[in-house]
Amino acid sequence: MSNSTVKYGLLAEFDTAADIMHAAEKVRDSGYKRWDVYTPFPVHGMDDAMGLKKSKVGWFTFFAGAAGLTLGYLMIWWMNAYDYAIVVGGKPLFSPIYSFPVAYECTILLASFGSLGGMLLLNGLPCWYNPIFSSERFKRASHDKFFLAIEATDPKFSDTETRKLLQDTGSKNIEEVRD
Amino acid sequence: MADAISKDLPVIPSVPKELVREPLVLNQRPLGWISDQIAGIAEGKTPTWWWVLFVPSVVLTVVCFAMIVHLMTTGVGVWGLQVPVAWAWDITNFVFWIGIGHAGTLISAILFLLRQKWRTSINRAAEAMTIFAVMCAGIFPLIHIGRIWLGWWLLPLPNSNSIWPQFRSPLLWDVFAVSTYFTVSLLFWYMGLIPDLAVMRDRAKTKIRQVAYGIFSLGWTGSNRHWSNYEKAYLLLAGLSTPLVLSVHSIVSFDFAVSQLPGWHTTIFPPYFVAGAVFSGFGMVLTLLLPMRKVCKLEEIVTVRHIELMGKVILATGSIVGYAYGMEFFIAWYSGNPYEKFVFMQNRAADPFILGPLWGVEPAPYWWAYWSMISCNVICPQLFWFKKVRTNMWVVFVISIFVNIGMWFERFVIIVTSLHRDYMPSNWAYYSPTWVDIWQFVGTFGLFMTLFLLFMRFLPTIAIGEVKGVTPQADPHHPLGGAKGGHH
Repeated sequence: MSNSTVKYGLLAEFDTAADIMHAAEKVRDSGYKRWDVYTPFPVHGMDDAMGLKKSKVGWFTFFAGAAGLTLGYLMIWWMNAYDYAIVVGGKPLFSPIYSFPVAYECTILLASFGSLGGMLLLNGLPCWYNPIFSSERFKRASHDKFFLAIEATDPKFSDTETRKLLQDTGSKNIEEVRD
Repeated sequence: MADAISKDLPVIPSVPKELVREPLVLNQRPLGWISDQIAGIAEGKTPTWWWVLFVPSVVLTVVCFAMIVHLMTTGVGVWGLQVPVAWAWDITNFVFWIGIGHAGTLISAILFLLRQKWRTSINRAAEAMTIFAVMCAGIFPLIHIGRIWLGWWLLPLPNSNSIWPQFRSPLLWDVFAVSTYFTVSLLFWYMGLIPDLAVMRDRAKTKIRQVAYGIFSLGWTGSNRHWSNYEKAYLLLAGLSTPLVLSVHSIVSFDFAVSQLPGWHTTIFPPYFVAGAVFSGFGMVLTLLLPMRKVCKLEEIVTVRHIELMGKVILATGSIVGYAYGMEFFIAWYSGNPYEKFVFMQNRAADPFILGPLWGVEPAPYWWAYWSMISCNVICPQLFWFKKVRTNMWVVFVISIFVNIGMWFERFVIIVTSLHRDYMPSNWAYYSPTWVDIWQFVGTFGLFMTLFLLFMRFLPTIAIGEVKGVTPQADPHHPLGGAKGGHH
């Protein structure tokens, strides 16, 4: 092997959801850290099979939503009761009741941006360059095949041992991905 | 590949006949077939039917904008508006379009939270429909203000006298509700599209398609670490959209309910408007999907079962709407308020043949509008009690058109019949639309169809990844998903 480029890792291909699930359980139990599973749709139970923790997106949603509610209320109070107070129909200059609909919409608006933004941030997206795309077979990861990749930077990674592990999981095709 | 039915797939263990549910994708198609079938619509040579629909739609879009220019350069007098009917087709059309938009979010968010897996075949198109309908809706409040160049007064910006918009008005709540609704629907739709845009990118044959789909799919790989965050974000967005969709039409109804006008000043309006919105939205979803599944050969993904379920939603919401009409009428009589009673009897329901003579009153000037509404919205959907009707695609299509017509009339009835004869008889008038009113409305259908056809041509019309996810082949514990030795 002439190492003209840096090696990224090993990519194993599977045919069914059950196969990739069993493979993920094996890799998890072998103690690998820098590896991932690629599927055309979210396979249910895969988070457990990979030993992933619960997603943290909810925090982004919560804080963005709380910011939305606060900013919404502050905006209305500042505009209608503080900066340029106008009495309308003898109603109070500020009340949390009349300002609720708008503050509520601001909550939802910011919380939605928080959810999408949090998801992208946690996933490191957008990321248009990914060494894994260099594999021609990987195009079917969005079609009907299931892939498992173990990165070369994983402390447990060894060219022979890791390849053997992937062969044991019953992968039909194992290839080397270069950076 | 497209016609391959996998015969060698294992047979599913038999279950009692009455417990078997019709599958969501017929004929046990392999996973790859689903992408081929759906993505294929947006690939290859543009079909003739597409041009046949697209050209007239663009022409009508031009008409839509020409009418706006005519209105702006001449003044609101080109519409049939006059005192006391200062809102008519403009706001009717606004509420009509915004109501249609509600089905998309109901399907994508509420049915998702309720774990209704059948939604996956229809949510993408319904969400697209939502966004385009809200765009059509947004035109009307903006152009109805008269001096369109002052439209920015609706935004939270100080005007030239440093005065801010005043937030006690439901009209301003509406600005925030509708613009939030549009933005959040767009985010939700785009997030759902990311994995499918990656499908399009991986299938792309030309450089332009590869780059375009590549950019918008943000480098999506289908990594499970990504799916994990993605699914959480999707669930949260569904959870946020659900109260949002209910709030939007409630706030639209506040535009009327918070006023003092008999016929508008009603506490039943928020739930009644939301049910009506879902009803009209499903009507439009069916109107669009029935031809689409036929031309694009999607009958195995949007199955008769899907159509039947939508028919049931229409039946349920149509009945709620019918109940609301009845309750409104009852309260008008029971309240003992003569103005309220007058609106419902003498402005709306009294027809020249039966009720007018029976009550001994003059026929209502808009009795035809009221009874069109009742026939289309209350009577017509009751046919969906019958399975024969729900499974006959032609009948469903015709009923869906009636639902659209009926819901337009509902808003017309609420707005115009309440306004045209209120407290003071010297103020009364009869409203008729001008040609500008009519073409403005017809023009928005052109805009809507243009956007929808572009969507069909360039984006996956059905959520590919989500449909794959609800097939048995996707379930690692199902024999078709590769599980060996029965259940885990």
